[in-house]
Amino acid sequence: MLTSSTYPDPDTLAAAVTERERPALAKALNLLDDKRPEARRRAARLLRLLPHERLYASGHLIGLTGPPGAGKSSLTAALITIWRKRGLRVAVLAVDPSSPISGGALLGDRLRMFSGQIDNEVFIRSLACRGEFGGLSAEVWPMSLVMLAAFDIVLVETVGVGQKEIDVSRLTDTTVFVAQPASGDSIQFLKAGIMEVPHLLVVNKADLGLAARKTLAELRATLKPALHESSWQVPALAASAAQGTGIAELADGIDAHRLWLLEQKQLSPRRKKFQAEWVLKRLGEEFGRFGIESLGGTSALLMELAEAGSSPFEQYDAMRQRFLSNWNAPQRERLKCP
Amino acid sequence: MTSVKTESKKDHPWLMRTYSGHSSAKASNELYRTNLSKGQTGLSVAFDLPTQTGYDADHPLARGEVGKVGVPIGHIGDMETLFDQIPLGKMNTSMTINATAAWLLSLYIAAAERQGVDQAQLQGTTQNDIIKEYLSRGTYIFPPEPSLRLTTDVISYTVNRIPKWNPTNICSYHLQEAGATPVQELAYALSTAIAVLDAIRDSGQIKADAFANVVGRTSFFVNAGIRFIEECCKMRAFAAMWEQLTRERYAVDDAKMRRFRYGVQVNSLGLTEPQPENNVQRIVLEMLGVTLSKKARARAIQLPAWNEALGLPRPWDQQWALRMQQVLAIETDLLEYGDILDGSPIIEAKVRSLIDGAEAEMQRVHEEGGMIQAIETGYVKRQLVTSHTARMRAIESGDLKIIGINSFTETAESPLTAGGDSGIMKVDPAAEREQIERLNAFRAARNAAEVEAALNNLKDIASSSENIMPASIRCAHAGVTTGEWSRVLRDIFGEYRAPTGIDIAALNLAASDTVDSLRERTRKTGEELGRPLKILVGKPGLDGHSNGAEQIAVKARDVGFEVVYEGIRLTPEQIVKAAEEEGVHLIGLSVLSGSHLELVEDAMSRLGELGLSEVPVIVGGIVPPEDEANLKTRGIAAVYTPKDSDMNLIMADLVNIIRESNGLERYGALH
Ligand code: B12
Ligand SMILES: Nc1nc2c(ncn2[C@@H]2O[C@H](COP(=O)(O)OP(=O)(O)OP(=O)(O)O)[C@@H](O)[C@H]2O)c(=O)[nH]1
Ligand SMILES: [Mg+2]
Repeated sequence: MLTSSTYPDPDTLAAAVTERERPALAKALNLLDDKRPEARRRAARLLRLLPHERLYASGHLIGLTGPPGAGKSSLTAALITIWRKRGLRVAVLAVDPSSPISGGALLGDRLRMFSGQIDNEVFIRSLACRGEFGGLSAEVWPMSLVMLAAFDIVLVETVGVGQKEIDVSRLTDTTVFVAQPASGDSIQFLKAGIMEVPHLLVVNKADLGLAARKTLAELRATLKPALHESSWQVPALAASAAQGTGIAELADGIDAHRLWLLEQKQLSPRRKKFQAEWVLKRLGEEFGRFGIESLGGTSALLMELAEAGSSPFEQYDAMRQRFLSNWNAPQRERLKCP
Repeated sequence: MTSVKTESKKDHPWLMRTYSGHSSAKASNELYRTNLSKGQTGLSVAFDLPTQTGYDADHPLARGEVGKVGVPIGHIGDMETLFDQIPLGKMNTSMTINATAAWLLSLYIAAAERQGVDQAQLQGTTQNDIIKEYLSRGTYIFPPEPSLRLTTDVISYTVNRIPKWNPTNICSYHLQEAGATPVQELAYALSTAIAVLDAIRDSGQIKADAFANVVGRTSFFVNAGIRFIEECCKMRAFAAMWEQLTRERYAVDDAKMRRFRYGVQVNSLGLTEPQPENNVQRIVLEMLGVTLSKKARARAIQLPAWNEALGLPRPWDQQWALRMQQVLAIETDLLEYGDILDGSPIIEAKVRSLIDGAEAEMQRVHEEGGMIQAIETGYVKRQLVTSHTARMRAIESGDLKIIGINSFTETAESPLTAGGDSGIMKVDPAAEREQIERLNAFRAARNAAEVEAALNNLKDIASSSENIMPASIRCAHAGVTTGEWSRVLRDIFGEYRAPTGIDIAALNLAASDTVDSLRERTRKTGEELGRPLKILVGKPGLDGHSNGAEQIAVKARDVGFEVVYEGIRLTPEQIVKAAEEEGVHLIGLSVLSGSHLELVEDAMSRLGELGLSEVPVIVGGIVPPEDEANLKTRGIAAVYTPKDSDMNLIMADLVNIIRESNGLERYGALH
């Protein structure tokens, strides 16, 4: 019988994940989700043992976001079909909201992601966003890393309009925004600068005709002046997941951005930067702004973390340790002499 | 004072049918002939799920389903056997067939032709309403658009060639079975009628002056629940709304063509497993709802049997149901009067409020972009799941009382279920193998070149905008099989998966202490196991009964589980793969179609192969007691059936099963 105290051995697990074994990946994801201290220690070791190069310097980590029902999951299914034809292995993390009342969640994206054929080179894990409202759950970053160790492409689907999808763009190499025809929201958000500019925009449901063409035209007009932060020219595309049109172009556009990142030597630095931000966010949640200040402040910490080169859990634990020893030492003393 | 005329010419009794079919064409033919000799006046054919979803008996997805819930019809040979010695020129046959309606009608026409009967003489009904399949019944195949084209092809063809055929039965029956309120039933059935009639009008297959015939041939299949006064008002509302719609929207002048014609199956969702004899009272009362008002009286009635919630009815159970109709129509004075409800202000007010509610909801559907759009966006399905969830919560809280379920639960042992067969019909497990053998023999004997030519022709026609029927009839004569006909269309039209509708907000109800303590248990157990409890609810096989899975999924979410649910009609292989990828703490399989033994065995052996044997598996649905024992010996942790109507208890159990399989101590009883 499995008991609550059985934890997988991280060394065996890391070796098997590196060999791209599916059951091992499933177990590794469970371990990364596990909040118990012993699980955390093993998860940290697991991440350390995975090939550093796959996690931080190769593969493609893609974020797909957009309003509810825009067709993100359907597009994912269509993209998977193309990627598979190109011989790429694909993992997906599908994030859905949790119920604020019960904490439970309905995870339904898989329904639309199934392309009709059982394929062991495709792996889909659903994840609830668990209280991090308007954001991604904390598990997404470490889970993406372990998926990168075993798959060529890792796609993260999240719901979001406006401010909300910013999170995913602070996490992935390439952010794709899926717009819903005839819904002006995304354009308004872009114009108002509320929404961070994604790397690609795609108007899905092009089969609806006029409404889709109109939305595309408006997006293009809005985008003209809005180059991405870094001189990457943001394309706005049309696609229909239902009819399979525009999907190859979308896949090409997504890959063009990856190549651009590599050429600019940005892929790896970005991932390290995002990891540093992830660690910082967790530290901030635990110790507040004061905690971050006492550790040296945001920018210094980000720089230090981005260069550290260890796994997110180790970085987090090291910082936590540093904070506690800074802070606890004098406090303990005080407690001793009332 | 004028004398009120209370008596009028005695009304004709409605058509009395029994929805039946099982095992094989031969066995079903025998059953039909016996039923006809007992005074049944029409036939109502139940097909098995492979036939309804376009698979041959030897397709992997058909495993365990052949001949179970209906008759398998794989080709013209089966159709001829089904109606052996039944003169099709005289019979009135209703076929509950939808995605493959064009095909089964083609087989029926071809079989009639082989009996020497001209198709123009045929009488009967093809259900042929695909829209409610996406919402409730689950035997759809193609996406809405090409499906609607098949629907309209059947209608156009029969209106032009088989004048007495009812080509479509717009169904609200199945919507009520999926939780719809009377207002929703009215609104969605009439919105469906609009979608279908608009599509026919726009298809150009019907000449403008013949359009009134299409309207005249459009009939309905309606439900009647236990609140029989309200149901009676619903029927009057239907008649009034249809009259108005056909007059205003479709400009039908002839009043006869605007008449609301409908058949009925009374409510089965409310029939209980505990104290099953009470179902007889329920069925009879429900029948009153659709017969009391002469103006809105059903044209055809079929009744479920007392053992509805236990399993399939035996011939005697069906006979009993038929006799209920006969007693009402023949012994009572019901048919001797004019409309006994006319002039009642109470009835009138109720009808008015139903119409107002339905009109408002039809407006919502219109704003969603019409019925097809409202299916695709999941709007209507979510409304149904919401209504059903509200019903379940009302039963849970005791606001809705059901005898034997949440009140008067004490009972003496029922002699009805005491027999060796537990009071239900068992399909011979050899039926599947024998059907496959016959299928192979049939395939071997046909002319391969003719089959190929007919299929190629079908392919061309399907890709064009021509009517699908002539090409399908040609296929029928050539010996094409159900699976082959469907394969051609699957390749051209693609396949569809409908929205599950479970992504509804938690109902805004004050949580009870029980629910609070369940949430606490779920949360704490998640903490002890390191991560929130995650379960997968799976529907393996061709079974379309989604209510139970949906309600369990929503309930589980509402007590704090993370729930993966992918909708109906998955293979055990797909479900097991999902369970692996998702890393769930528990797998729940829901099977109501009777194929649980085959499907569960398949799933369990696949779980073993993937090294997932530690993940506990539970099964819910229609599972007879001896099968429950059997499943448990195969390692199933628990089995739930309709008698387990307290979903809080089920949830408490799920937490405990997860705890136990992870070496944690079980919690005690919920208070
Ligand atoms: C409603 C209903 C329908 C609706 C379904 C609507 C829908 N979307 O679900 C409609 C009208 C569409 C329908 C159609 C058919 N039906 Co029907 N239907 C029923 C009925 C009346 C109630 C089922 C139901 O929804 N109950 C309410 C839900 C909430 O309860 P439940 O599913 O039983 O779930 C409870 C437990 O079983 C358990 N549970 C179930 N699943 C799970 C899963 C998990 C994880 C857990 C923990 C628990 C659990 O917990 C739930 C809560 O108490 C039953 C008879 C009956 N009274 O039970 C027949 C019945 C199931 N149907 C039957 C048949 C034959 C059909 C058809 C196949 C007929 C045909 N030949 O065409 C069709 C086709 C359906 C298809 N595509 O498969 C038969 C099955 C016979 C058998 N197994 O031997 C039954 C038993 C009727 C009968 N006696 O003949 N049906
Ligand atoms: N007409 C049309 N409908 C589409 C297309 N892509 C998706 N849909 C439909 O849009 C609805 C939503 O699709 P999903 O893929 O689930 O959308 P999503 O963005 O993942 O939705 P959430 O995860 O719930 O936010 C479904 O009913 C799809 O059938 C398309 O290209 N054309
Ligand atoms: Mg989605």
